[in-house]
Amino acid sequence: MEKLLDVENVSISFIQYTKGLNQRDLKVITDLTLDISEGEILAVLGSSGSGKSLLAHAIFGILPENANLNGKIKYKGKELSQQDKEELRGEEIVLVPQSVNFLDPLMKISDQAIGNVKDEAKRKEKKLKQREIFKHYNLGPEVDDMYPFQLSGGMARRVLVSTALLSDPKLVVADEPTPGLDEKTVKETLNHFKHMKEDGIGVLLITHDIHAALEVADRIGIFYSGYVIEIAENNDFTGAGENLLHPYTKALYKALPANGFELVKGHQPLHGEIQNGCPYYDRCEMRFDRCRDERPELIDLGTKKVRCFKYEEGA
Amino acid sequence: MELKATNISFKYPSAKKYLLKDVNLELDNNKIIGLIGDSGSGKSTLCKILSGYVTKYEGNVTFDGNPLPKKGFKPVQLIYQHPEKVMNPKWKMDTVLKESWDVPDEFFEEFGIQKTWLTRFPQELSGGELQRFSVLRSLNPKTKFLIADEMTTMLDAITQVQILDSVLKIVKQRKMGFLLVSHDMDLVETICDDKIYLKDINQI
Repeated sequence: MEKLLDVENVSISFIQYTKGLNQRDLKVITDLTLDISEGEILAVLGSSGSGKSLLAHAIFGILPENANLNGKIKYKGKELSQQDKEELRGEEIVLVPQSVNFLDPLMKISDQAIGNVKDEAKRKEKKLKQREIFKHYNLGPEVDDMYPFQLSGGMARRVLVSTALLSDPKLVVADEPTPGLDEKTVKETLNHFKHMKEDGIGVLLITHDIHAALEVADRIGIFYSGYVIEIAENNDFTGAGENLLHPYTKALYKALPANGFELVKGHQPLHGEIQNGCPYYDRCEMRFDRCRDERPELIDLGTKKVRCFKYEEGA
Repeated sequence: MELKATNISFKYPSAKKYLLKDVNLELDNNKIIGLIGDSGSGKSTLCKILSGYVTKYEGNVTFDGNPLPKKGFKPVQLIYQHPEKVMNPKWKMDTVLKESWDVPDEFFEEFGIQKTWLTRFPQELSGGELQRFSVLRSLNPKTKFLIADEMTTMLDAITQVQILDSVLKIVKQRKMGFLLVSHDMDLVETICDDKIYLKDINQI
C-alpha cells in the first residue's frame, strides 16, 4: 500500500488582537502527526471546538490569513506548497463537508456537482459521469434538477459524497460527516466510506463521535489539547481497553456508557492554557516528575504511536 | 411532584400533518426516564411544550395539577444540545450565570468550573465547558424538573460522565424530576430507570 498523506509535526496558530493594538499568538494545534495509506480509513478523534477541523483546512490550503502553519504536509512523499494544494484540491484530494449548508442554495444539484467547465464536450462527459455516480448512490434523475432545500438529510449527504467522488480522488477528507443525523443515515454515510476504502481510496475522517470512528476506521488518532497523543488500532478498543496505551485514551474508552461509565476528573486544557510539560499532566494517574516540565514526543511503536514517557525505550 | 401532559397535539402552521398527536405522558421525581426517538420525530418539540417554551399546541400540560406559569421563573427547565446558542454572546460567563441565580462556590468545584472562566465570553470556552455553565444555570433552587434534550451529544465521553454525574447528584439531593432525551441507547440503559419510545406514545 502506497502512503498517500503524511502530516508531520504540524502546528497552527492564530494572531489575535487582545486589547487595543496588543497582539497575541494563540496556538490551536501544537503537534499533529499522522499518515494515511491507500485503502485505509484513519479517524482523528477530538472533542468539538478542539480545532481538529483546521487540519482539513490546512491540507486544502484554505486557512484564514491570520493563521500560521508550521510543519510538513506531504502528499505521496512530496511536500505540498500552497500552489500544489490548489492544484490537487478538488482533483486528487477532495473534501466531504459537514452539512448541506455547503451547497449553493440557488444552484441546481447537478450543475454544482459538475462545477464550472468551459468546454462543451467536456461538460457532457462530466454530466454522464455525474449521472453514473449519482445512480450508484441511489439518486434518481429527478435529483439533478432539484435545489438543495428540496433534499432530505440523507439525500444531501449522498449528494455531497458523490460530488466528492466525481473527480476520481485518491484521498477523501471528511469533516464531521455524522452529527445531527439519525442512526440510519449515520450508518449509510459510514458505509459510503467503507466503499471508498474498498476502491483503494484513503479516507481521513475528522470526527468527535467515537462510535462512528470505531465503526469504520482502521486506525484512530486521538487529539487532545492540540496534540495527537495516540494513534491506536481499531481492535485496541476492546475488552477493558488494556491494549490502549495513553491514560487519556483508556479513560475515554472506559467512560463510554457501555464500558463502565467511569468518572475521571479534570478538563482538557484550552488553547493558551497548556503548560510546558505533558498536556495531560494534571489528570494523569501514572505521571513522572519529568512530565511536568518536559513534553513527550510522539513515540513510534510500529503500527501504533503514543505520546507518553512511559513507553520510551528503557522506561 | 408530577409533570403531566394530556392529549398533546402539535403541528407547524405551514404543515398539513401533525407532528405530535394525542401524546400522553406522566413524569414524576421518583424515576429517571429516558425518551428515545429518531431525529425529526418531534422529541425537541415535545420538550419545549413540556417546559413551556412552545405555547401554541392542543392539549394540556400541568405541573403538580397547575398549568405552567406564563411569566416568572419556569419550574421546568430545559437544557439544549448546543450551549453556545442559549447564551448572550456579549455577556461574560458570570453575568450568564447570575441571570438565573447566585451560584455558591462549592458548585463551581462540583461542576469542574474554574473561577478564571467567569470573566470570559462564551466563544472563549469549549462546548464541554459551556455546557457545564448551561447546566449549572438551570439548577436554580426554584427548578423542580429538568429536561435534558441531547445534553451531552456533542461532548466527549469523559465530559459526558462528569456532567451527568454532577447533575444526577443534585437531582437526587433536591428530589427533582429528570427527563433524559437521547438517541444513545447505551446511555439511556446506564442512567435511566425506565425508557419511553416517542413512537409508542405518538398517535400519528
